[in-house]
Amino acid sequence: MKRRQFIRTVGAGAALASVAGCASIAGSAKPQVVVVGGGYGGATAAKYIRLWSEGAIDVTLVEPNASFISCPLSNLVLGGSKQIADLTLGYDAFAGHGIRIVRDRAERIDYERRTVALAGGQTLRYDRLVLSPGVDFMWDQLPGMQQPGAQDTVLHAWKAGAQTVALRAQLEAMPDGGVFAMTIPPAPYRCPPGPYERACQVANYFSKAKPKSKVLILDANEDVVSKGPLFKKVWATRYAGMVDYRPSFKTVDVDAANRTAISELGDKVQASVLNVIPPQRAGSIAAQGGLANANQRWCEVDFLTFESTQAKNVHVLGDAIQVAPLMPKSAHMANQHAKVCAGAVVDLLSGRAPNPAPMLTNTCYSFVSDREVIHVASVHAYDAAKKTLLVVPGSGGLSGAPSELEGSYAMSWAQNIWSDTLA
Amino acid sequence: MKRLTMFALLLAASHAMAADSGQRLYATCAGCHGTAGAGTGGVLPVLAGQPKDALAASLRAFKAGSRPATIMQQIAKGYTDDQIEQLAAYLAAQPAKERK
Repeated sequence: MKRRQFIRTVGAGAALASVAGCASIAGSAKPQVVVVGGGYGGATAAKYIRLWSEGAIDVTLVEPNASFISCPLSNLVLGGSKQIADLTLGYDAFAGHGIRIVRDRAERIDYERRTVALAGGQTLRYDRLVLSPGVDFMWDQLPGMQQPGAQDTVLHAWKAGAQTVALRAQLEAMPDGGVFAMTIPPAPYRCPPGPYERACQVANYFSKAKPKSKVLILDANEDVVSKGPLFKKVWATRYAGMVDYRPSFKTVDVDAANRTAISELGDKVQASVLNVIPPQRAGSIAAQGGLANANQRWCEVDFLTFESTQAKNVHVLGDAIQVAPLMPKSAHMANQHAKVCAGAVVDLLSGRAPNPAPMLTNTCYSFVSDREVIHVASVHAYDAAKKTLLVVPGSGGLSGAPSELEGSYAMSWAQNIWSDTLA
Repeated sequence: MKRLTMFALLLAASHAMAADSGQRLYATCAGCHGTAGAGTGGVLPVLAGQPKDALAASLRAFKAGSRPATIMQQIAKGYTDDQIEQLAAYLAAQPAKERK
């Protein structure tokens, strides 16, 4: 009898011990879930599968980084009102939830055998796999950024961490009277209002420390993608004369040595500090096996379960998915995807049908200064006829104007979503 | 007797499902209000363990626009009155605690 037939015959649980080199707990009869990626999506999924299954499902989280660094609030590090340490959290509480953490990178998925091979040589078996790999950058669309050293000179700071700290250092080193230019890729990209919040944060820093300096936004989109009227009003009033917004500037190449962005029309813009937010696609592990089946960039999922439309027993969460209408690629949304997915995984592994009417919310705060904040919010419900998640009519909306009250709510949001995701 | 047992089983099952749906539905709120209503940070009220009627009345007032808010009116309009009842029942049944 061949091994694969044997697995099919006796079922996943009993077969565990027979798979050579498999790191799953030998002899365990519990269903095995492997979660790849410990960001807002993956960490939340791991926690909620444990909570909602009341420990009846074994969960292993594969994450190469020792700590979690929040992208939300990371623009405040550029503005100078937060340090990266303020946004850095541990996975310490996961042991208490019975989540096993493997500090490694997932390299290859065998969908037939239901195994994930890790860079360090381990192989994990799964009954269900949850991928929350975030985004990868499409450097091939910016040839100059592939030159040696280019990515050390021109930073993205679109994954919070060392890049964020390095970009802050570039801003601090820039003489007064300099120009900070930021390029924005065509939507969709991670965090729609993020670039515009970043412009506000850099302008807030300049207005205090380097008042002769300028902020130049080179946006591939025709208009501000999120919270447009609110951001434009802030630029025209609080940061009047400092922020210059140029729509329809699609960056197609970068001369990194000269800190110059080049548009598809051949326009060249040189800056003292150039920040390039590259075009994005689903993280590479999710691109394997054709999972990124929407434009070869994003992963289509069934919104009842977040199971891939390409591979059975594989779920995809967060920024990597092909979104439903008006669904942003946000941390809050990834946390929400994770709970719909966790519920479905628990139901399916318990032999129940998943919730036929899942809901999710989005709440996104943007800091227009070090204290004042604006929000956008929405509530989404599953539409059985259209088989997608749609905004509930009448729900959601924007702030009327920036306020310090919303600044306190934004900080409260961060504390609570970090706790909901990691504690 | 047989019928009674069946009824009890059905009742238990429907209670379990209702609790389950309240738990799943509340997860849409937990990003701001904490897992199982145990919020942290001291800015927002801790929702876990508050009386069901007060919670439901607050949510209905946000939904109707009669209680001022920055964001909660916009969020509450996304939930049906029945869902508001489920949320309130779930939160009222959680242990009243703030996450440290």
